[in-house]
Amino acid sequence: MSIEVRHVSKRFGDFVALDDVSVSIPTGQLTALLGPSGGGKSTLLRVVAGLEQADSGTVEIEGVDATHLRPQERNVGFVFQHYAAFKHLTVARNIAFGLEVRRRPKAEVRRRVQELLELVHLEQFADRLPSQLSGGQRQRMALARALAVEPRVLLLDEPFGALDAKVRKELRDWLRRLHEEVHVTTVFVTHDQEEALEVADEIVVIDAGRVRQVGTPDELYDSPADDFVMRFLGPVTQLGGDLVRPHDIELHTSPVEGATAGTISRLVRVGFEVRIDVTTADQVVLVTATRPQVQALGVEVGTPVWVRPVAGAATVPAAGPAPDDDLVTA
Amino acid sequence: MADRSRRRPPLGRWALRLVVVAYLGLLVAWPVGLVARNALDGGLANIRDILEEPDTVHALRLTAGVALTSVAINTVFGVGISLLLVRHRFPGRRLLSALVDLPLSVSPVVVGLALVLVYGGRDGWLGPTLEDLGLQVIFAPPGMVMATTFVALPLVVREVVPVLEEIGTEQEEAAHSLGAGAWATFRRITLPSIRWAVVYGVALSLARALGEFGAVKIVSGNVAGRTRTATLVVEEKYLNFDQGGAYATAFLLTLVAVACIAVVTLVRPDQSGGRSP
Amino acid sequence: MTAAALDGAGPATSARRPRHPGGLTPASGLGLGVALVWFSLLVLLPLAAVAATTAEGGWGGFWRAVTNEQTAAAIRLTVTQALLVTAVDVVMGTLVAWVLVRDSFPGKRLLELLIDIPFALPTIVAGLVLLSLYGPDGPLGVDVTNRRPAVFLALLFVTTPFVVRTVQPVLAELDPEAEEAAASLGAGRLTIFRRIVLPAITPAIAAGAALAFARGMGEYGSLVLLSGNLPFRTEVASVRILASIESDDLPAAASVATVLLVVSLAVIAAIDLLQRRMVRRG
Repeated sequence: MSIEVRHVSKRFGDFVALDDVSVSIPTGQLTALLGPSGGGKSTLLRVVAGLEQADSGTVEIEGVDATHLRPQERNVGFVFQHYAAFKHLTVARNIAFGLEVRRRPKAEVRRRVQELLELVHLEQFADRLPSQLSGGQRQRMALARALAVEPRVLLLDEPFGALDAKVRKELRDWLRRLHEEVHVTTVFVTHDQEEALEVADEIVVIDAGRVRQVGTPDELYDSPADDFVMRFLGPVTQLGGDLVRPHDIELHTSPVEGATAGTISRLVRVGFEVRIDVTTADQVVLVTATRPQVQALGVEVGTPVWVRPVAGAATVPAAGPAPDDDLVTA
Repeated sequence: MADRSRRRPPLGRWALRLVVVAYLGLLVAWPVGLVARNALDGGLANIRDILEEPDTVHALRLTAGVALTSVAINTVFGVGISLLLVRHRFPGRRLLSALVDLPLSVSPVVVGLALVLVYGGRDGWLGPTLEDLGLQVIFAPPGMVMATTFVALPLVVREVVPVLEEIGTEQEEAAHSLGAGAWATFRRITLPSIRWAVVYGVALSLARALGEFGAVKIVSGNVAGRTRTATLVVEEKYLNFDQGGAYATAFLLTLVAVACIAVVTLVRPDQSGGRSP
Repeated sequence: MTAAALDGAGPATSARRPRHPGGLTPASGLGLGVALVWFSLLVLLPLAAVAATTAEGGWGGFWRAVTNEQTAAAIRLTVTQALLVTAVDVVMGTLVAWVLVRDSFPGKRLLELLIDIPFALPTIVAGLVLLSLYGPDGPLGVDVTNRRPAVFLALLFVTTPFVVRTVQPVLAELDPEAEEAAASLGAGRLTIFRRIVLPAITPAIAAGAALAFARGMGEYGSLVLLSGNLPFRTEVASVRILASIESDDLPAAASVATVLLVVSLAVIAAIDLLQRRMVRRG
C-alpha cells in the first residue's frame, strides 16, 4: 500500500471535517476520493500532503510515517483546483521550481523540464507566463510541475473543477493516458461521479467526514454499500422499499411475477432515451427506456403497466424519502 | 504539540510581532502619547489658556474654515474626476490619472513657491491681474485654500477610483434601462455604492488639510490674528518658549487627526484578510 | 488549443475593468473641461511656473543655484537621508505589512491605527511628537535635536505608512495555494518567501518606496523644530527653498524646487509603470 491513513480526525472549530478516517491507497493506481462538497475529501487529501495537520491519527506514505513531516519533506506532488501557478515565472521556470529548490544540476533541470513540457504538450509555451495560458494549459503546467520532482504520490484536488465541460472531458482522458505512461500512485478528489467512474481504478466514497465505501468503479456501481453511495453514483428511483436505477426497471403491459401495477402518468423523450413516470398505488416510479423499446410496447400516457427490477439489478433498501431528482442527478 | 511547532515556530512569529510592536511603539505610539501627556500636564490649564488667546482662537477658526472649504472642493472635484477616469475614455486619460497623484509626492514648500510664482500680487503670472480685479490670493485665505486643496487633492480620488472599478457598470446600465437619467443614476445607484469610499477620502483629506504647514506658511504670510493657522501657531509658540501652549495646540490638532483616521481604520472592514482555514 | 490560449489571456485584468467604458457625453465633457481648468490653475500652471522661472535664469543660473555650496550640501543631505529612510521603510514596512496580514492577535487593529497616524498628523506636530521622546527632555535620555539623526528620525516617522499601505493589500490578495504548492515541491519557509512571496510583492514594495522617497525628499514641517536647520549639517533642500523665498531670491528657490519636482515626476512615472506591471501579471 502506498498511502496508509489510520484513524485520522480533523475539526475546524465546530465543524467535523474528518471523523476517524482510515483508508489504504494502493501503489501505482489512480484512486478517486469521491463525495459531495464539504464532505471532507479535500481535507483528507491536504492531510496526506501535509498542508493540513490532522488532530489525531497517522499518515504513512510508502512505508514512512509522514504524520509529523512538513509538506516539503513528504515528496508528494500536489495539484490545486485553481492551478496555484507561480505568476511571475514562465511555464518552464514553474516546472523547474521543485528541481531548483532541490539544487539539481542545471543541465539535469533543463533536460527534465524539456521532457515534462513534451509530456504535457506545452513545448511551444515554455517561455510564456501563466497568465498567457488557458485554464486547461495552466492545469497541465501544474501537473508537470508536480511531476518534475518525481513524487512518490501525486495528489490532485478537484483538478478539473475550474474548467469548462469540454476541456474537462479532454483533460480527464488525458490524465488517464498520462497515468498509464507515468504510473505514479495518483489520488484525485472529485465531486463528479462520472469523472470518478470513468478515470479511476479505485474509488473511495467520502461523506460527512466518513468513508462510505471503497472499491473499483464496477464494485461500487454493481453493489453499492448503502443508499448514499447508490444515490451519489447516478439517478435512482424508489420501487417498493428499494432504491433501483431507472434503467434497471422493466416495463410490462400485462401482470408478471413480482411486478407492481401502475399507470403511466408522464412520458418524455430526451434524446435517445424516454423517461416514463409510472404512478403506482403509493409512489411515482421513474423508468427510463429506449425509444424502440417504448414503440414495441405501444404504451402512452394512461396505459396501465407493471414494473419490476430486471434480473441482477443493483438495489439497496431505501433509508428515507427520495430526495429531489435534481439532487440525485447533480 | 508537535503539529503546532511544524507550521511556523511560535518563536519566529513572536519575534516578528515583537519587532513590529517595538518599532511602531518607539516611532509612533510613545511619542504621540507623550504629546498628550505634555499637553495635559497640569490638567486642562494649557488648553484653557490657549482658548482664551484671541489670536490662537482666530487661528483655530481660520484653520477649520480653510480646511472645510478645501475638503468640500476636493470632494466634488475628487468624485467628479474619479467618475471621468473610470467611466469614460478620452485622450490623455492615462496622463491625467498619473498627474492626479502628483501632489502626493510634491514637497509642500514647492507647492507654496509654485502658487506664489503664479498668484503672487507683485510679480506673479496672474496675481497682479487678479488683484486689480479685487481678488488677493497670496497672503490671504484664497491662497491658503488653494495650497491646502493642492496637497490633499489625490486623497478622495485614490479612495473612490478602486471602488468604482470594483462595482462595474452593470447596476448603472440596469438603472439606465429602467429609465433613470444620468443624474438619477448617479444619485440613486452610484453614490450609495461609493459612499464609504467618499467618507474615507473626506476623513483623510480633512486630516491632511488641517495639518498643512509648509505650503500654508509660504502663501499665508503668517500674520497673527489674520492669516496664521493652527499649525503655524504650534511653531510660533514652541519657538517662543511657550511649550505648554505649543503642546496644547498640537494636542487639539492630534485629536482631530486621530479621530479622522480612526474613522478610516476602524470603520473600514478588515482588509488584512487573515487566511481562512 | 491556440484559441483556448487566447481566451485565457489575462482574465483577472478584464474582470475588474468596466465592460463598456463610454466616450464622453456632452455633460461629462463639460465636467472634464471644468475639472481640467481647475486642475491646471491649481496644479499644472503653478508647477509650470516653477520650471519656467528656473528656465528664465538659464542653465547657468540653475547650475549656480544648485551648486551653491550650502545648497549642494542640503541637497546631498536630503538625498542621502531620504535613501537611508527608504531602505529602512522597505524592510520594516514589509515586515509590518506581513505581520498585519498573516498574524492575528489582540490589539492588531490598534497597530493599524498607529500606522496611519504619521500620515494624518500635521507635520509640525510630528516634529513636536518626536521632540517629546527624542528631544532634550525626552524620558529616554536620547537627544537627537540639531543633529543628523534628527533628520533621519523625522523622515522615518512621516514615511512610515507608505510601504506598509502599498504592500498590505497585495499581500492579502496573494494566493495561499501558490505557497502551498511551493511547500509541497520541497521549498522551505525562507525559500517560499524569497522565491514566491517576494517577487509578487516587489512592485508594491517599489511603489511604496518611491512614495516614501518622494515624501522624504520634500519633507519640511516635521524638521522645523527638530533638526535646527543648521547649514551644512542638518539643513535639507526644502529649507533652502524657503530661505531663498524669504530672501526674495525666487529664481534660486525655483531652481532647487525644480530638482525636487523632477524627483516627484520620476516617482509618479515609476509608480504608473509598476501599477501597469502588476495589472498585466494578473
